[in-house]
Amino acid sequence: MTVIEVNGLTKRYGDRTVVDGVSFTVAEGEIFGILGENGAGKTTTVECISGLRTPDAGTISVFGLDTRGDREQLRRLIGVQLQESQLQDRLRVGEAMQLYSSFYPDPADWRELLAAVGLTEQVRMPYAKLSGGQKQRLSIALALIGNPRVAILDELTTGLDPRARRETWKLIRQIRDRGVTVLLVTHFMDEAERLCDRLAVFDGGRIVALDTPAALIANVGDVDGYRANLEDAFLALTGTGRDN
Amino acid sequence: MSALTRLAGSEARLFLREPMSFFFALAFPTVLVVVLGNAIPAFSEPSPDFGGERPINLYLPVVLALAVGTVTMTSLLSVLSQYRERGVLKRLATTPVKPSTLIGAQLAVNIAALVAGAALMMAAAAVVFGSRGPENWPALLVAFLLGSAAMIGVALFIAAVTPNARASAGVGSLVYFPMLFFAGVWTPGDMMPEGARRVADFTPLGAASQALQDAWHGGWPQPLHLAVTAAYAVVTGILAIRLFRWQ
Ligand SMILES: Nc1ncnc2c1ncn2[C@@H]1O[C@H](COP(=O)(O)OP(=O)(O)O)[C@@H](O)[C@H]1O
Ligand SMILES: [Mg+2]
Repeated sequence: MTVIEVNGLTKRYGDRTVVDGVSFTVAEGEIFGILGENGAGKTTTVECISGLRTPDAGTISVFGLDTRGDREQLRRLIGVQLQESQLQDRLRVGEAMQLYSSFYPDPADWRELLAAVGLTEQVRMPYAKLSGGQKQRLSIALALIGNPRVAILDELTTGLDPRARRETWKLIRQIRDRGVTVLLVTHFMDEAERLCDRLAVFDGGRIVALDTPAALIANVGDVDGYRANLEDAFLALTGTGRDN
Repeated sequence: MSALTRLAGSEARLFLREPMSFFFALAFPTVLVVVLGNAIPAFSEPSPDFGGERPINLYLPVVLALAVGTVTMTSLLSVLSQYRERGVLKRLATTPVKPSTLIGAQLAVNIAALVAGAALMMAAAAVVFGSRGPENWPALLVAFLLGSAAMIGVALFIAAVTPNARASAGVGSLVYFPMLFFAGVWTPGDMMPEGARRVADFTPLGAASQALQDAWHGGWPQPLHLAVTAAYAVVTGILAIRLFRWQ
């Protein structure tokens, strides 16, 4: 079953086209990755899907609903972790979870969710006192609080140390195992390769390749006598039209 | 309970946890009146120059205007622009609740804090200086609410047109200090020069202050002052709604 269907998505700022005719579909239960360098148009794309920005052209549907349509119904189906979004400094972890769970008709048990992201001990801690990794995990928990059927996660491991990143990856797999479809934005090759079932490689606002990580790598073959990895595949696919 | 009441409850808790907002809204008017009244003995002595009134009594309605200006131009403005800059509004936009609900909650909390701070100040003035309090309560309430609405509109407008929290704070203080002057903080009652008063009539806090002073002394505010505050509230409010960026 198709969960997200994006068709010819185009977004301009002034006369700059930052997302240019992007089309892809995400199937139920997938971890679908959007991989690209900074400025490739990844955030713009997922924020259009989340209904936070209005596309200049193209159509997007989520579970068959047009994203310009019923605001509330759409937001009950989609949980979003934004790339840059904080909470009020003095808001406590448990208060945030309770408050956000009250926004949904059928929320998850917020204590269970806090336990799942390993923040049970921080329940009374104000947001400002959390570490970077803890803030990210709270952000994931808030994205899942409404029992969404799709989770959109934008660069959620940026700024985390290696151990925290691996724990976050484990968490994302658990989310998928609960039956949630995941749309994951990243610029990390290892993250994309380990986690994603399929990847859309973005470059300059367009999709330059869309396949499983293994197939993307296999297409490159060997590089300088070594088996290629995803980074080799990525470099081979992107950067056309640039100087180097 | 609706999302608005839940958010207002949460924002009220946060407000009380923030020492600065807590002080300026709830304690500042009282502290100012008590300190002034005690520091300058002549302030609390009946004076023939003021028709046998205590000068402090002339100052009390001006302090109400000062409180409105301080809360709106400092706490409210900085919270609004920070909520946008830090992505709090945007995160809310990903939920079924609209981010404007959070702004509504903030307004409710600030108005409640203003009313509480004003009540506290009047009670303190009654206890410490034997102030009789306002002589026309309904008129005072109208003037207070209209003045607050005008200054809330100005705060929303500044938050809407400035690019970030720093710029909001900068513009806020550029507006704040002249506004205090026109409200008569340095020249209460009839002490404001005639030329300044003519300008003050057309500033939101100046008009509010005049209306508050008229009501305090038993009269009704001049239609001009009610019209000016109402016009600021409506025009800046509409502009803010049209211009506000949520991210
Ligand atoms: N609100 C905006 N106004 C103008 N330009 C923008 C805006 N948002 C993003 N851009 C530009 O669009 C391009 C794509 O941005 P973005 O989607 O955030 O990329 P990514 O998430 O892949 O790093 C960037 O060059 C960025 O500067
Ligand atoms: Mg991005």
